[in-house]
Parts: sequence; structure tokens; C-alpha cells
Amino acid sequence: MKNRDPGRASSARPRREGENRDWSVVVEDGRAKTNEPVSGAVAEPEATTLRHEPHEPPRQQLPTKLFEKRTKVHNKRIDGPFRRFKWFVMFVTLAIYYGTPWIRWDRGPYAPDQAVLVDLANRRFYMFGIEIWPHEFYYVAGLLIMAALGLFLVTSAVGRAWCGYACPQTVWTDLFQHIDRFVDGDRNARMKLDAAPLGPKKIAKRTFKYTIYLVISFWTGGAWIMYFADAPTLVRDFWAGEAASAAYITVAILTLTTFTLGGFMREQVCIYMCPWPRIQTAMMDEKSLLVTYKDWRGEPRGSVKKAKKDPEKFGDCIDCLQCVAVCPTGIDIREGPQVGCITCALCIDACDKVMAEVGRPRGLIDYATLEDCEKEANGEATRPPWKALLRPRTIAYFLIWGSIGLAMLFALGVRSHVGLSVTPDRNPPYILMSDGSVRNSYTLKLRNMESRPREMEIELQGLPGAVMWTDTIGREAAGRMQIKTVPTDQVLAVRAYVIVPEGADTQEFSFRVTSRDEQRESVVTEARFDTPEGSE
Amino acid sequence: MVNKRIDEPTGTETVGHEWDGIEELDTPMPRWWLWTLYLTIVWGIVYVILYPAWPLVDKATEGVLGWSSRGELAKEMSAVDQARVTVREELSRIPIERLPENSGLFAQAVAGGRSAFQVHCSQCHGSGAAGSQTLGYPNLNDDDWLWGGDLKAIEYTLVNGIRSPGVDDTRASVMPPFEGAFEAAQLNALVDHTLSLSGKGSRNALGAQTYEDNCSVCHGLAGEGNRELGAPRLNDAIWLYGSSREQIRQQILNPKMGRMPHWSGRLDPVTIKMLSAYVWSLGGGEEFVEVADDPTVEVDEEP
Repeated sequence: MKNRDPGRASSARPRREGENRDWSVVVEDGRAKTNEPVSGAVAEPEATTLRHEPHEPPRQQLPTKLFEKRTKVHNKRIDGPFRRFKWFVMFVTLAIYYGTPWIRWDRGPYAPDQAVLVDLANRRFYMFGIEIWPHEFYYVAGLLIMAALGLFLVTSAVGRAWCGYACPQTVWTDLFQHIDRFVDGDRNARMKLDAAPLGPKKIAKRTFKYTIYLVISFWTGGAWIMYFADAPTLVRDFWAGEAASAAYITVAILTLTTFTLGGFMREQVCIYMCPWPRIQTAMMDEKSLLVTYKDWRGEPRGSVKKAKKDPEKFGDCIDCLQCVAVCPTGIDIREGPQVGCITCALCIDACDKVMAEVGRPRGLIDYATLEDCEKEANGEATRPPWKALLRPRTIAYFLIWGSIGLAMLFALGVRSHVGLSVTPDRNPPYILMSDGSVRNSYTLKLRNMESRPREMEIELQGLPGAVMWTDTIGREAAGRMQIKTVPTDQVLAVRAYVIVPEGADTQEFSFRVTSRDEQRESVVTEARFDTPEGSE
Repeated sequence: MVNKRIDEPTGTETVGHEWDGIEELDTPMPRWWLWTLYLTIVWGIVYVILYPAWPLVDKATEGVLGWSSRGELAKEMSAVDQARVTVREELSRIPIERLPENSGLFAQAVAGGRSAFQVHCSQCHGSGAAGSQTLGYPNLNDDDWLWGGDLKAIEYTLVNGIRSPGVDDTRASVMPPFEGAFEAAQLNALVDHTLSLSGKGSRNALGAQTYEDNCSVCHGLAGEGNRELGAPRLNDAIWLYGSSREQIRQQILNPKMGRMPHWSGRLDPVTIKMLSAYVWSLGGGEEFVEVADDPTVEVDEEP
């Protein structure tokens, strides 16, 4: 880290220059830190990503501990547009998770009627009108690629919106924090209860809270297994003790993980365990929207009383610490962009409320790009935040994402619902018959991907003079075409015997399978006919 | 030389040795590491008590649970056998000529027969049941049957064998050796005539006469063979011991005759039934013509 040029920094210093302020430098982690505001507004571009010393007065000695002890987060209740949006997203995502397995979808008498079902036992994946077989797993791979690109898209456009609103860890942490508030009261009451000695009242409250935790966790684990079997049947089997042991084990594991990750580890997961914040930091730039504190406007901080006495000396931040109190990960947004910030924007709600109370304009903490922050600090015109979404990178991500989606939809639309694979017998490759003709045997696998039984005709193409019969009919019924009924949604294995008159050469030919219904879906697979004559 | 002291900056004791001014701190093990060690010791003791552990001269200590990998295998095997019981029972009850009517059971029988074939039959007939012309083992995939190709005939062959010594009901016949019986020209004419039956050689009067006198009793006038006697068809394209003039001459003068062991007593009737179904299913199986004439078969008889 190169040292900043003090002359340049001071010449670029903005309007309010806290002359009486302590500008002393503290070295921390090999980096000089001061109370000097650091942002794109006052320093080199890279300074926008630096953290500046939040403490007043600055720390006097070097920290000696390498281990940062966890301080429990007791986030305060807040109301505001972003909090309401968070409620909305939470409701929608939880409803999707818990509710989806219970949606019914009629597929006729031969297929399950659950709208979304991962049928591992029968190796089928149902999603509303779409049914995917194991050999079509590339659709699932495509979905995963789309999910990854979707995250890229969201990150480059609106920063860590996924982290702030939709991530399961965020949603469940939020849910458990509401439980805390419901049982123990708001921030101050919870801190007091934490500090209180263990007495009957505390034990009662804790027991009650952990019971609710457990119920939610169990419900979460229970909802997961519903995606893998018919939900109503599974619920009955589960309570009757008749479900597969995998179901009980899965529920137990997921209950445990939900209980610990949502109930206790919470923001620790985001800050220390999850790789996604680290990846995202590499994907964001000065044009990405993020929740940021406009330090050129807020610094130096001073209470309303102090500011009244000496209005020139202080910025808009009254140092009320409401932004810290409401933060679900317990960070101080005024330290600048940081990995602990999940951009849930609750601090914006908190700060806007305070600014309204003290009669200052809103948006001291706000969604903004660092580029706009710099412009705003220098008094230039800025764009509205939504315009930050439209830029080449986000549009490119969107186009890639969208074209993969369209390509998959197209492929799904035109895919054939019949299939044929041919395995020739290689031991022996051919059989000489008593009349001198030569027979080859093949195992045909006819695939019917419709939810109804289908008649299919198997036809020989090429191979002059050849006839065919199968293991279920005799040679006397041999012909160029045979008809089989393939059971619903299954693969039918057919032994096919193909016979050609004496004197034929080894040659290529093909089987064609056509469904005998209005679709007339057809598929051709090549095969080889071996004879003692060898190939021409 | 031991010179233990407390290291100032860390407050930890040193081990007391010094190498060129380098000292080592005697830092205690982390608590979690120690507990893990104790836990593994406890686990080891419990394991030794419960499971086979100490190797002795001829076996290991048995352990309280009495577990062994052989016992585990036996348990799994018997579980598999249990699962097969119903199929085997059904198979033992159904007359073999009725088997193809029950397609599910038939498929089970073919599958079981396939694996039994690999164990008991593939040594001669080959894993693909294609036989061997050089060694004279017949191909079971084709439509040429020496002794009959319907399910009952195949089962009979399997039960009693072919020319199997010591079995009363075995399929038996002998082709006499004609060594020294014919003159060279007569033998040549006979070979020609034999080949002409399947359109490969030229017809001639001497050969026809010789054939009629010596061969037609068993092989038939037109070479159509006789399954009662296991006399092969001579007017088809399949030659068990080869179709060259020399091979035919050898077969007339000093005939090779195949043998097959009987399997009754060695394989249980159900396995033989499954083997019959498998061989029948290979593509050359013949319909059992009498099945329609014989409706008195009691299918539902209790065992």
C-alpha cells in the first residue's frame, strides 16, 4: 500500500475542513489509518475501497490479537421501504420453499401429480409441464449455469442484492432474528437478557425460543424431502415411521444445519464461511450499486447539540449509531464498503428516519455507485441509481443469460419423446441358419417419454431382403416392420433378430422407430449387419 | 545439558536444549487435539471388545458382537436367496411348455438361465452360446437342432445328457465307422452326393446308390436327418464338423460324435428349467407343437 501524498490529500480536501480534528495517523495491519475522510471524493480512485478509521478518538495502540472475538449482533427493529421490501422477499421465498411441493399438476393416470418432483427412485425430474430423464441432465446443468450467470448479472448490476434479500442464509437469519425479537424483545432488552444471570425467567425464555427455533428448523428440513417424493404420502409415511431412512437422516441433518446456521452462526456464515462474498468483491467495480455512506457529507461527526454550537465544524452524521444498531451483520457502514456488508439497506431506512427527524436531507447512507459518489462529492451532476443498471457489462450478462434460457426452451420444445438405442450382439457377431441365411441379433431400447402407453413401429431401412422378428413373436411372423407397445414413460428392451438371405455382404443399415399416434415422432439409429462374407 | 527456562515473550517453558542458539518452546498440545487422542483410545478399546481384533494362531479373537465378514456375506446371500424364493417356486410349479405364456416369469427364467449358462455351459458352448466348429460343440443360437429344439426337448437333453455314460435315458446313437468299407472312387462319389444334398456338389449315380444303402436309414433319403436318433440334417447350410471334402470324408470313415454330460443331480430342476428357457430364447427355439393337444396339464397343482 503506497502512502498517500499528504500535500495532494490536503489540497483535495473538501468543503468542510475539520481544522480542530485529530488527524494523527495510526498504523494498523501495516497500513496508515487516520480520521481523515477517505473516499473517491478526496483521494486517489483506489481510496474508495479503503476503510477509514471509525473511532473517535483514533486508536492509540497497535492491536495485538490475531483472533477477532465475535460480538453478538442484536439488531434493532426498523421500518422503512427497504425493510418492507425485505419482508416481501422473505414471504415470497419462504412461500416458494415451503409451498412448492404441495402444488399439484395433473399428468394423467400414469405419472405423479406433483408439480415439482425429483423422483430419484424412478430417475425422473418433473417440473410443471416439463419432464426430464437422466440422459437429459444437461438441462439441469443449463439451469445451474443460468443460476450462476444470474448471480453474475445481479452482482454487476445491483451489487450484493442476492446476499441482502434472497440468500437462504439471509432469509432464515432474518426469520430467526424476528423470533429473537418476538420472544426476548428488541435490541436493548436482548442485550440486557444476555448479560443477566441464568435464572428461571431466562431459562424459560431461552427454552421457549429454542423450541421455536427447532420447530422452524424441523419444518425446513421436512420441506426439503417433500421435493423427492409425493408430499402427502411422504408426510403420512414420515409420521407413521414408514418413510425411507434417508428421509429421516436428511431431515435430521437439515434441522441441525438450520438450527445452527440460522439460529446461532448467522452473520459468521456470511463473513467467514461463504465464498460468494469473496467472489462478488472481485465482480464489483466503481459502477456497481452498493450501500454506501457518503462520508464527505457526514464527516466529521458530531451530535446535534455540538453541531448547533459550531455548524461549520461538523458534517451531517450525528453519530447516533442507528445504522449500526439495525445492521443484521453488526458492521458499521460508515467504515466504507466491506465484506461484512450484505447490502440489505436496513441502515438506509434507519438513517433516513434519523435525518428526517433532525431535518436534514435523506440519503446520507444510500444506494449509489462509487463513481456517482465521487461525482456527487465534487458537486457534479449524478445519474439516478437505476441508470447504473444499464451498462455494457450487465447487458452482456443479461444477453448471455437470456440466450441460454431461450436455447434451453427451444431445445425442450423440439425434443423428441421417442428414443432408440441399438446394441448389436457381438458374441457371436452373426449366426448361420440352416437355410444358409445369416441372422444378427440386436437389443433395441425403445424409449417412450410420454405419460401414456404408445404403439411404436420398428422398421428396417436399407439391408435388401432382410426381415426381422422379435423375442416375443416367432420367426413365422417376421417382416420388415414390427409393432410394439411401449409402456408409459418407460424404456422397453426388445430383442430383434434380423435375417438376410444367403450371400449378403456385411453392411450398414438402420432401424427407424415411429410412434403410431398423431405426433408420428420418429428416430433413426444406425447399426451394422455382419456376415461371414465380410464387407465389400 | 538440560537448561529449562521460561521464554519471556511467550511465557512458555523451553524444552531445555539449544542448537546453535535456537531453542524450542515446549508448547502443550491443544486441548482439542488431546481430547481427540483420548477419544481414539476409548474408541479402540471399545472396538477391541466388540469386534474381532487380536490375530491368534488360526483365527482372531471373536468380539462380543460375534460379527464377521463371512457371516455378513452369508446374511446377504441368504437375503438374495429369500428374494428369489417366489420366482423359483413358481418356476418349479409351471410345466415348461407353458412357460412362454407367462412373459414375466419367462423373462426371469431367461435371466437366471443366462447366468447359470455362464457358469455351467460356456466352457464348451462359449459365453455367447455360439459353440465351436473346430471342437465340434454345436451353436445354440441357430435353428438347427440335433435332438429337437422345443423347450421340452431341450430340457430332456439337459437332464439326461447326450451319450452320457451311466444314464439310462441319455440321448444315444452311434454312427458306425466306414473305415475300409468303400473304395476310393466310391468314397469320392459319396462325398459328392452328400454335398449335393445342400446344393454344393454334383449328383452322381454311384454316390446316390452308396448313400441310399449305407446312410439313408438314419440321415434320410434327402438328407433330412432324424432327431429321434440325433442324426444331423445333411441338406442344410450348417455343418457341425465342417463342410470341406476332407472333413466330410473323415466324418464318414471315422465319425466324431459329441457328448454332453447329464445335469440331473448336479443342477436342481428349476435351474435346468431356466437354462432350457435361456437356450430356447437364443433365437432358434421351436414351438412346442403338442402344447395345444395337451390341455390336461394341471397348472395350479399345489407342490
